[in-house]
Amino acid sequence: MQVPLEYDTLRVIWWALLGVLLIGFAVFDGFDLGTAMLLPVLGRNDEERRILINSVGPVWEGNQVWFILGGGASFAAWPPVYAASFSGFYVAMFLTLVALILRPVAFKFRGKIDRPLWRSFWDYALFVGGFVPTLIFGVAFGNLLQGVPFIIEPDMRAVYKGGFFELLNPFALLCGLLSLAMIAMHGAAFLYMKAGEKVAHRAGVAGYYAALATFALFAVGGVCAWFFLSGYAITSEIAPNAPSNPLHKTVTTGVGLWMENYRARPWMLAAPILGLIGPLAAARLLRLQRERVAFLASALSVSGVVATAGFAMFPFIMPSSLEPAHSLTVWDASSSRTTLLIMLIAVLVLLPIVLAYTAWVYRVLRGRIDARFLEKGGHAY
Amino acid sequence: MSVVDLSRLQFALTALYHFLFVPLTLGLSVLLGIMESVYVMTGRRIWRDMTVFWGILFGINFAMGVATGITMEFQFGMNWSYYSQYVGDVFGAPLAIEGLMAFFLEATFIGLFFFGWDRLSKPGHLAVTWCVALGSNFSALWILVANAWMQNPVGSRFNPDTVRMEVTDFLAVIFNPVAQSKFVHTVAAGYVTGAMFVLSIGAYYLLRGRHVELARRSITVAASFGLASALSVVVLGDESGYVTTQNQKAKLAAIEAMWRTEPAPAAFTIFGIPDQDKHETRYALEAPWALGLIATRSLTQAIPGIFDLVDDAKLRIGRGVEAYRAMLSLQSDPANQAARRTIAMRQRDLGYAMLLRRYVDDPTRANADDINRAAWDTIPNVPALFWSFRIMVAIGFYFIALFAYAFVVAARRRLDRRKGLLRLALWSLPLPWIAAELGWIVAEYGRQPWIIEGVLPTFLAASPIAASNIWLSLAGFVVFYTALLVVDLYLLAKYVRLGPSESWLVPDLATRLAPPGGVEMEPRTLHHPSLERMEPKGAGPSGI
Repeated sequence: MQVPLEYDTLRVIWWALLGVLLIGFAVFDGFDLGTAMLLPVLGRNDEERRILINSVGPVWEGNQVWFILGGGASFAAWPPVYAASFSGFYVAMFLTLVALILRPVAFKFRGKIDRPLWRSFWDYALFVGGFVPTLIFGVAFGNLLQGVPFIIEPDMRAVYKGGFFELLNPFALLCGLLSLAMIAMHGAAFLYMKAGEKVAHRAGVAGYYAALATFALFAVGGVCAWFFLSGYAITSEIAPNAPSNPLHKTVTTGVGLWMENYRARPWMLAAPILGLIGPLAAARLLRLQRERVAFLASALSVSGVVATAGFAMFPFIMPSSLEPAHSLTVWDASSSRTTLLIMLIAVLVLLPIVLAYTAWVYRVLRGRIDARFLEKGGHAY
Repeated sequence: MSVVDLSRLQFALTALYHFLFVPLTLGLSVLLGIMESVYVMTGRRIWRDMTVFWGILFGINFAMGVATGITMEFQFGMNWSYYSQYVGDVFGAPLAIEGLMAFFLEATFIGLFFFGWDRLSKPGHLAVTWCVALGSNFSALWILVANAWMQNPVGSRFNPDTVRMEVTDFLAVIFNPVAQSKFVHTVAAGYVTGAMFVLSIGAYYLLRGRHVELARRSITVAASFGLASALSVVVLGDESGYVTTQNQKAKLAAIEAMWRTEPAPAAFTIFGIPDQDKHETRYALEAPWALGLIATRSLTQAIPGIFDLVDDAKLRIGRGVEAYRAMLSLQSDPANQAARRTIAMRQRDLGYAMLLRRYVDDPTRANADDINRAAWDTIPNVPALFWSFRIMVAIGFYFIALFAYAFVVAARRRLDRRKGLLRLALWSLPLPWIAAELGWIVAEYGRQPWIIEGVLPTFLAASPIAASNIWLSLAGFVVFYTALLVVDLYLLAKYVRLGPSESWLVPDLATRLAPPGGVEMEPRTLHHPSLERMEPKGAGPSGI
């Protein structure tokens, strides 16, 4: 097949697509994870909790596919990254899985038996299903930024040499908190737009404070990354079209290196600016009761925060703290050119279709979820 | 237990558990589509009620399918990281496309299936239901494309620079003959499961004299759909067997417990006691010519027995060691062109050299004894495969008889009088699941010692992690999954017992169900505004 796309271009496209998928996950699944997290805070009685749950009830399933797709796409496009990260973060991933498994069943089972104890059990399950993955993904990002203790053996086997509790270091926990605040803001902004009277009002207040917390934590995280955190940089010559093998380069580390990309490519600053202004805008717009624009601002802040980490690390995807030269980068950890090309065609054909019918589904399901909806809807959760 | 054994155990448990829910999703989604199509075409209310009722049970099952499916995708990276690294270039693509093409479709529309009844036109909602069915079937297609590549790794080659398998011909991966035959066999088995589920529960209602109209129509749909599917399962299963002959001879020989090559046409062993240690099958009862016909579609081709396959494996191990030696020299000197040529020529046998790593660190230093043991490793567990296969096939044939009988009785409108059939149908409920799980055991346990047939041995594919991690996750899954299964079965049983009239929350649906045996009347008044909009004006009672 003669396609005028060089291997290096495809690699960058797939790096960007991985970012798109992560942002898609954070924006779409983010608001239902956030809603689940806010369940004990905003839902004071069964009816209010049902309003919360039904606000995301018909769409959370589709949203979760962004996560599945993120996993599938990293498997297909960045196999070494998929292999090294999921085996390295084994216990964390297992906890995430348990939490994520709780979600579908909690949604489906909660309304099936009309007993307070039964319902409150599944309410906690939903809370755990929202809280735990959000925290762990933030912590995982924090660890990626610091580098992960793994080496690559000559047969390309990635061996992780850290423990579970090492993952819980201060910077990673800061990222975990940021993730929690951000997703809470996003869920609250969604509820402010979607839920009925009382719940919406409370969501507006919660969203306001969560947005301010997001701003503060993101700013603190940025200062830490700039002045304390060791970044990575490739020092050998880069061969962006070479076969994927992460063992043929040299890498240096140093405080502030993660800021180099922003110096060299100022357009990238759009991401951190969005991450700083977005939450402030969301907070202000929630106060002004501009619910749709507030949700948009929240979605943009989420995108900005995720993109900030991605841009800072480019071309690194998973740096190795143990053996920096073994770090996995955009240039040496991708699938073959053929696979990247096939996958790109699949994405270009299928993703617009997915977005089109998703938009249609949201249009069909438009309208606020209030007590009247619950009474009327035969299949409400 | 070693990391590999624990990882295998965990994968087997989670996969077999996941597959408790998948076949029912496959079958029931199509049955929902059929029932709702009848509703849209005839406007008869009871068909909508049927769709809603079976939809509730579908939803409970679907949630479990989704929940357990997440585990499957991430386990490759968590427990099988070297596998993921070694073949992600080929294997990852169908998984990603599954998400894009199938799972998005299924998961986006499932919400609308439940919440869209009063927000969509009748054809609109029908389209949503079929999208869910289409999504779940596409999902099976892409997963089986990925799985089939593990059985028959076509369209790819080993790249010594990246030390992994890479795609050379993606169309060959998609149109892998194993994928095609596996897909139709698996999906048809899912349809049988859906049909059996509806037939059993319908029979339960008829035996109790409850929800008679709904049960009778459901059984009629299930019996005809089930009969067509059961016939397909057996015919397409035979196709699957034929394809296996072409590329997994050891699996076929193990299923047959065929120790020595028989002259063509080979006989099919109906019964026997295979003994793996002594390499013989006692008390064999054979049907002459049958295996030759099934496996090769001819009476002249011989089918190799286990002893011959082991000899063949020894030759391939020898050739594989040459490739392995070349790979090592390439790692110290990337410019070694002779080594590259050797690898290109011998790459199909490279995996056989890796089998030796169970006995020696460096396969190039293996002795004759190591090679002999590694060659015998290529034979899967004979008794397990022999029996799993026979029970699965027996259940398959039983289904043809059961559904044919139910179909005839339903067509003659004698369902209420055939209590024997109804009881048989009720007690046959677990059989599709038993057959499906045994099918996976034949397919995947029969693939051992390979994680990818001839390419990568299973014992090399696991993640280099501490066994304690896997003990933790394994125990977690066992406890967690068991609890979920108990809750799931409890809820299903509860909603089956409640039956269609009481199980949904729309209160006035119950009043619209006809008295048992009587002519059904459309409701005169509907006090529910949302349902009023759904109801076609002037749709009168009509028999079906």
